[in-house]
Amino acid sequence: MQIQELGIAVLWTFLYGYLIVASIDFGAGFFAFYSKYTKRDHMINRLIARYLSPTWEVTNVFFVFFFVGIVGFFPDTAYYYGTALLVPASVVLILLAIRGSFYAFANYGSKESTLYMFLYGATGLLIPASMSTVLTVSQGGFINETESGVFFDGMKLFTNFYSWTVVFLAIVSVLYISAMFLLFYADKARDVQAVPLVRKWALFWSVPTIIASGLVFFGLKSQAAWHYESILAGNWWWFAASFIFFIVAVSFVYLKRNYGLAFLMVMGQFFMAWFGYGYTHLPYILYPYIDINGSVVNESMAVALVVVFILGLLLLVPALYLLLRLFLFDNDYVRGKRSSGKA
Amino acid sequence: MFQDPVLMSRALTALTLGFHVIFATIGVGVPLLILLAEFLGIKKKDPKYTLMARRWSRGYVVTVAVGVVTGTAIGLQLSLLWPNLMRVAGQTIALPLFMETFAFFFEAIFLGIYLYTWDRFKNPWHHMLVGIPVAVGALFSGFFITTVNSFMNQPVGFDIVDGQLANVSPLEAMFSPAMPTKMAHVLTSAILTSAFILAAIAAVQLLRQRRNQLDKLSIEYHKKGLRLTMTVALIFAIATALVGDFSGKYLAKYQPDKLAAAEWHFETSSEAELILGGWLEEDGEGGYEVRGALKIPYALSILAGGVPNYEVTGLDEFAKEDQPPLFIHYLFDAMVGIGMLLALISFLFVLGRYIKRLPQFSKPMLIAIAAGGPLAMMAIEFGWFFAEFGRQPWALYDLMRTSEAATTSANVGWMLIAFAILYAVLGVVTVLVLTRLFKDNPVGKELKQSEHRGEAMFADEV
Repeated sequence: MQIQELGIAVLWTFLYGYLIVASIDFGAGFFAFYSKYTKRDHMINRLIARYLSPTWEVTNVFFVFFFVGIVGFFPDTAYYYGTALLVPASVVLILLAIRGSFYAFANYGSKESTLYMFLYGATGLLIPASMSTVLTVSQGGFINETESGVFFDGMKLFTNFYSWTVVFLAIVSVLYISAMFLLFYADKARDVQAVPLVRKWALFWSVPTIIASGLVFFGLKSQAAWHYESILAGNWWWFAASFIFFIVAVSFVYLKRNYGLAFLMVMGQFFMAWFGYGYTHLPYILYPYIDINGSVVNESMAVALVVVFILGLLLLVPALYLLLRLFLFDNDYVRGKRSSGKA
Repeated sequence: MFQDPVLMSRALTALTLGFHVIFATIGVGVPLLILLAEFLGIKKKDPKYTLMARRWSRGYVVTVAVGVVTGTAIGLQLSLLWPNLMRVAGQTIALPLFMETFAFFFEAIFLGIYLYTWDRFKNPWHHMLVGIPVAVGALFSGFFITTVNSFMNQPVGFDIVDGQLANVSPLEAMFSPAMPTKMAHVLTSAILTSAFILAAIAAVQLLRQRRNQLDKLSIEYHKKGLRLTMTVALIFAIATALVGDFSGKYLAKYQPDKLAAAEWHFETSSEAELILGGWLEEDGEGGYEVRGALKIPYALSILAGGVPNYEVTGLDEFAKEDQPPLFIHYLFDAMVGIGMLLALISFLFVLGRYIKRLPQFSKPMLIAIAAGGPLAMMAIEFGWFFAEFGRQPWALYDLMRTSEAATTSANVGWMLIAFAILYAVLGVVTVLVLTRLFKDNPVGKELKQSEHRGEAMFADEV
């Protein structure tokens, strides 16, 4: 594997990590607000707080890691995306800022507040929606380079049907992933009240998720023909496998069994779709301006980044394992038998 | 003005960083003090110190949250507002940026664990051990990000061949000549400021004692807190001043224009005098006259080179368009003045322990400490604004002008307004939340309870 392929594979893996942990977090915000609104918060919110409170900050780092890493490995991305995406990226930043700080305000500093919960829930859906537009932009057609600089056609993106199907997919999959995780967690906590409720949510959101996936897949044909052809050229099996994972996951939930395995299947479903999408997108990071082979950072920096990345992982993996062991895989903690011991 | 992307990009970057640095400074310094308090609590078996660590960490999380979100903002804004700069930075200093995210990652993981395991371990030392990576991660992220800033002040570690960067050496770029002094000054001043802010909170509480609003236990608690924080403050005030002196020598050698502008040193000369305060008047021939300043003979030469006859480069050796703005003199003076004052306050406080006639908890002393907290934070802002305006007109010193680095997007002005509103809201709510957090849980009440759980958005225990 060449260094640029290694680089993009690492970054893509981190973005996949973000997709999973952030979906759990973003969706939880929506469900927390929804259950408060429908006066069912006593059933759900205690559960959500158990895993979310110690992990919310870690979620954010996955994202930071990605955008710092991509500028490091492929400095041209700073130039093209940076110039073009000022407004949409600033919107994401503002939403993230509202979400992160109000979560902390509400959870550590203040009494229960419906306004805080609303901000938390609403931004949880708006953030994935606005982030997902970058995926559409990366397929080409919205950024133009002329002699006077790089320009982004925001209006064209806003009125593009395909771009909205991607937004739709992002929102419903956030809710689907989150509900599936919540089901696993509620079941582990032996919470007999919460399980039937979140099971209903999981089944409900699986339907739009698969419909939107199909829409996006076939919409690609007219939106970015180069990408669609790359999938048809022997790479369609990624998406077929993803669909099989989906069927297995939903079947488990329908049959009320193996919720842990079902969530692993969900992770598999998105893993195949995500990496299939990413693999067939190559060699372009931004069609047709940034090609990984032409825009990788100089050799010595790339080597240094890879070395640091490996050393960093040696620290991170055990630390993340510790975090999961303490708050996700400790049955006493999950069932609430152990005090959270908050400061 | 509103349409000028360069000016608007500068304003937005200054706004985000100026806001972020408040929380970043607390983020670097406070974990160390929390650890220290927890250590004393376990070692001396004194629940007051343990409660101190708990209360500080409770407030700390709220500031961390704002620090994280504003840090995320500036991280991405670097690419959004300065795409050309980041293209070069990606080639040369991606390494420390990348390492900073690892340090941050590390800190984030252990902070989550630290906050939620206060009663989870049988052995209290185990909980303290979890806190160590938090403090280490905080210091290292301060360290790595400062190396990035050092590179912008002193870009080294590459060659320019036909206008292209070549032969990049990531380690050399990271350990630029500016790095040691800058890094040391940032870390020591952050710890000094954090100690003073925590001390100021205790001092304000003790000042209320006069109105009989505090019980005896709380008074003891706050006095203990003051002794701890002011001792730390004294140590780091001395360290900060020492490092500041090294920074002066670094500037004289590598960035003489910054030092000359800060000291209004217009003509190269030896036996140079240090100018304190004052203002400038145009002399009618395109030059300036310094008025109303206190001038200390030889002091600038000593600051710059260690000896009274050291020759200090003046502004006359730089082309007009390469000179930094002259107002940085005020920022420099304000920073140094406050630094000296903080050293004096902490010195007198510590001395008060040994001299009866200088009571540690007298009203004037408490007022001085209470004022010291916000003053320290102002000095941080002045120092950063001095450092950053001092390298104008360069984004990368002597290599890339700020105007060449900025984005060409026409919408920066609107983003400036949006972020200004965001930070105003965040700032106000942060203060409100922090005040309420501590008002609702007075020390006295908490000291009497063996354990306390705060209110949560998702009620954790029913």
